[in-house]
Amino acid sequence: MKPAPFEYVAARTEDDVVAALTDGHTEVLAGGQSLVLEMNYRSRRPARLVDINRVPGFDRLATGGDVLRVGPLVRHRAFEGDAVPGPLGVLLRRVVRHIAHPPIRARGTMLGSLAYAHPAAEWPAVLTALGADLELAGRDGRRTISAGDFFLGPHTTARRPGELLAEARLTLLPAGTRVGFAEHRRTHASFAQLAVLAAVTLTGGHVSAVRVGLVNAADRPVRAHHAEAALLGRPLDDAAITAAGQAAGAQDADPRDQPYAGLDYQRHAVAVLTRRALAQARDEG
Amino acid sequence: MTTVHLTVNGRPYELDVEPRRTLADALREDCGLTGTHLGCEHGVCGACTVLVDGTAVRSCLMFAVQCEGARIRTVEGLAADDGTAHPLQDAFSAEHALQCGFCTPGFLMLAAGALESDPEMVRDDERLRELLTSNLCRCTGYEAIRRAVEAAGQVSMRDTGATTRS
Ligand SMILES: Cc1cc2nc3c(=O)[nH]c(=O)nc-3n(C[C@H](O)[C@H](O)[C@H](O)COP(=O)(O)OP(=O)(O)OC[C@H]3O[C@@H](n4cnc5c(N)ncnc54)[C@H](O)[C@@H]3O)c2cc1C
Ligand code: FES
Ligand code: FES
Repeated sequence: MKPAPFEYVAARTEDDVVAALTDGHTEVLAGGQSLVLEMNYRSRRPARLVDINRVPGFDRLATGGDVLRVGPLVRHRAFEGDAVPGPLGVLLRRVVRHIAHPPIRARGTMLGSLAYAHPAAEWPAVLTALGADLELAGRDGRRTISAGDFFLGPHTTARRPGELLAEARLTLLPAGTRVGFAEHRRTHASFAQLAVLAAVTLTGGHVSAVRVGLVNAADRPVRAHHAEAALLGRPLDDAAITAAGQAAGAQDADPRDQPYAGLDYQRHAVAVLTRRALAQARDEG
Repeated sequence: MTTVHLTVNGRPYELDVEPRRTLADALREDCGLTGTHLGCEHGVCGACTVLVDGTAVRSCLMFAVQCEGARIRTVEGLAADDGTAHPLQDAFSAEHALQCGFCTPGFLMLAAGALESDPEMVRDDERLRELLTSNLCRCTGYEAIRRAVEAAGQVSMRDTGATTRS
């Protein structure tokens, strides 16, 4: 189908974007890889779009100190190369290859994915598990919220009408952190049915810091605190990995019943994927 | 209506379009270039893939008004001016990489974008397979398409002086 009529504004500055958003009927057009398809379905009919694709500097992807700053026009594709240093770069590189396919990754953006909050999207769970900060810009100034407080449910976030998601800030993972990612999906280009990411730091052979995140295992992205607790202070051996998988499936996941996957199946699959992500972290670093 | 200036296959166009006109529809309806096909209009099938400033994208998921000043290439721009087929077109023909042809313009532009930015990508089986998962073909199966793109990549590497796989 074809989209319903709308007005189009091409912004040149962040102020243009925020000013355009204040009317309550305007939406941000970033990569368009979710919004335009919904407009083609006519499941969304925004009265006005403010296009951020020509705002200079919005494509900034910069590291300062131990913080990675991601602007609103950093495309998924930017994470395929070695732009992000260290283990965080390795993790993002592994994850990004699971997001759609090259033509979509050439347009779609990380911040657009966060704003869209699709339940099976990978970035929201990565940023939640890693404790990223999100900065929102609105008429009344800027505010920062942690990713863990941003996602409230499928396609529902703490972003208020009129706010631009202006930046995501991720803390780089210290050298020596081992990372893993495992995803289950029907075909290569499908959205995830479930996915798990892990970042593990070992000190003296024991887990001294760990983050585990679950994709599509609840009504919002999950940081798997129980799985993390099962690993902390222990060697990253098969017994600890199995215990973490168990905890992730039984305690951290809060799956919804799906036509193709019952609750037991989903909990079981979360346990399996958690084990795989942790084994990859251990064996491939 | 908004006026948009863009170049398609080297030729400048000035189009008066509504903002809701997708790039795909602008190419087909306003430029008369119907080689770009529309299947799903949801970004899934890839029949509408074209190059925008050298990058393969879904023209059903972009609006024409976003393309002010952009250089677009479509399947009509692949062959040389004298009609000589592009190496990808020769390879698709030689490898029987099409049957009905509906998906072909999209696959050709997907592959053209990838080979022009890095012909060596065909040496990496995994990358080539991943690239080809971008688009759907309901006739051929993908193996013939894979062989065709690989063969065209070998030709491009020869032309650009890179060494071919032994
Ligand atoms: C075939 C296909 C397969 C896909 N597969 C996957 C997949 O496997 N995994 C995955 O995660 N995603 C997938 N996607 C979605 C893709 O990642 C999108 O790029 C992403 O969901 C949205 O990013 P965007 O930049 O395209 O945003 P847009 O489509 O431009 O916007 C989406 C929504 O977010 C809002 N928005 C965007 N940016 C901002 C901002 N900075 N501030 C405030 N609001 C904003 C828009 O107003 C809109 O409501 C797929 C899409 C397609 C078409
Ligand atoms: S028509 Fe654009 S992807 Fe199918
Ligand atoms: S040749 Fe018919 S869809 Fe591909």
